[in-house]
Amino acid sequence: METNLCVAGFGGQGVMTLGKFLASATCDSTDKNVTFFPSYGAEQRGGTANCFVVISDEMVGAPLGDVMDDLIVMNGPSLQKFLPTLKKGGTLFINSSIVSDQIDRDDVKVVKAPVTELALEMGNAKVLNVIMLGVYVGYTEVVSPEVVWGTIEHKLAKKAKLLPLNKAAFEKGLEIGRSQK
Amino acid sequence: MARVLMKGCEAIAEAAVRAGCRFFAGYPITPQNEIPEYFSRRLPEVGGTFVQGESEVASVNMVYGAASAGTRSMTSSSSPGIALKSEGISYCAAARIPMVYANISRGGPGVGAIQPAQQDYFQATKASGNGGFEMMVLAPATVQEAVDLTYAAFDYADRDRNPVLILADGVIGTMMEPVELPEMKSDEEVAAIKESKKSWACIGHKLDYANRAWIQPGHWLTDEMQKANEDAEEMYKSWEKDIMVEEYMVEDAEAVIAAYGISGRIGKSVVDILRKEGKKVGLIRPITVHPFPYKSFDKIDYSKCKGILDVEMSIPAQFVKDVEVAVKGRCPIDTCLCSGGNIMSREAVIEAVNKIIEK
Repeated sequence: METNLCVAGFGGQGVMTLGKFLASATCDSTDKNVTFFPSYGAEQRGGTANCFVVISDEMVGAPLGDVMDDLIVMNGPSLQKFLPTLKKGGTLFINSSIVSDQIDRDDVKVVKAPVTELALEMGNAKVLNVIMLGVYVGYTEVVSPEVVWGTIEHKLAKKAKLLPLNKAAFEKGLEIGRSQK
Repeated sequence: MARVLMKGCEAIAEAAVRAGCRFFAGYPITPQNEIPEYFSRRLPEVGGTFVQGESEVASVNMVYGAASAGTRSMTSSSSPGIALKSEGISYCAAARIPMVYANISRGGPGVGAIQPAQQDYFQATKASGNGGFEMMVLAPATVQEAVDLTYAAFDYADRDRNPVLILADGVIGTMMEPVELPEMKSDEEVAAIKESKKSWACIGHKLDYANRAWIQPGHWLTDEMQKANEDAEEMYKSWEKDIMVEEYMVEDAEAVIAAYGISGRIGKSVVDILRKEGKKVGLIRPITVHPFPYKSFDKIDYSKCKGILDVEMSIPAQFVKDVEVAVKGRCPIDTCLCSGGNIMSREAVIEAVNKIIEK
């Protein structure tokens, strides 16, 4: 069993961090193999950024697959660029706050979450990636939510005052993900 | 031992520190910046020295100096930066100075592209500087292999008193993967390694002419220069025993993928996918690309094998030239290539293998 995930968005949306949290959680708390491969050009904030996470029971062959099982898109350009790579029957997770484009495929499942708006409601736009990670984990259970939260907690250990906000964000995401199963 | 999720570049740096590397000098270039960054933080913790040189040329010569004084030393760069270091590498080879360097290679020629590529194969294996010297060139396909090979590289370098090159690409350098790290050499072990080099290294010799250490990147007398090259050639020949290669399902294969580094890894996953479909596909992945495992290609059953597929992220193909030498015309060789920072597509490799099998 191998899961290929692509996470794509603007630089600054926490796309890499989302992927790294998931890869770390897999490494720390399971015996699965995992790779995290970031892909960005010379862009800074506002440019496009994407990363690939492969979680597998066997040795990961290609850290960058051609065909994705799951796709998380945080902005419009990423939808256009990566939707063709999503396999038939794959799952598209979409930041419905800012991605308004029509999805021109009916052979994929779509999970919508307005993560930009939700993050702003929580008072910090930066947690949109943690909400989306919650949505993804809640929907797929590729790694257990407890394990993922344990990793986030560990990574944020030096910024303890941010923990309650991130906890709320992650749980909000889980709730959305589970409700759309 | 517990596994940790590490980025390839950082894992290479940590493996070097654990192998006793106590000096690093480098200069920034994507996609290897995490190597110097990691060393800059880590080396002071273990009593080592990190220098960001004013250029690649300065950095490699600092390593030449530190290694001449018996300290396990390293530098790293990416393709165009490695080209700039070639003079210093050649000097280290001539002076028989053990040092380790890593090329986290990117697109080329020229300034090329910042994304991963395998365009430096000839440079790495055939002519890393002037004068026809050779080095062991180690090509990891996973972050774990990058760690293990870096750790071993320092031992090879010291054994031979010769530079060793880690030839990785931007995928291995920038991806994160779980690794188990090797044991940290103790301060005593690191000191003992340095002490063992006292017969030749500049570590506290008397000032009189007869006894002082003498590091020189060449010889003024023709006979001495020839003797030095003859001695070096003896060393190069001795590497036959050090060849490392992954031979995967080769014996009954109708098509054999030949690839190294990240392309080799992708190739292996293609073998697994196609074997599940009942197709007889194998893989030969050199881990030492120099010395090259030519003999591995003698294990192919050429009465069954319809073709070899050379897979590399280089246009034109370079690695294929060594494959041709190894195959000796016993079956056709096709190529599956990409370049410019594009990463090898698994689907493209599958398609190319199928073409061979359906012949």
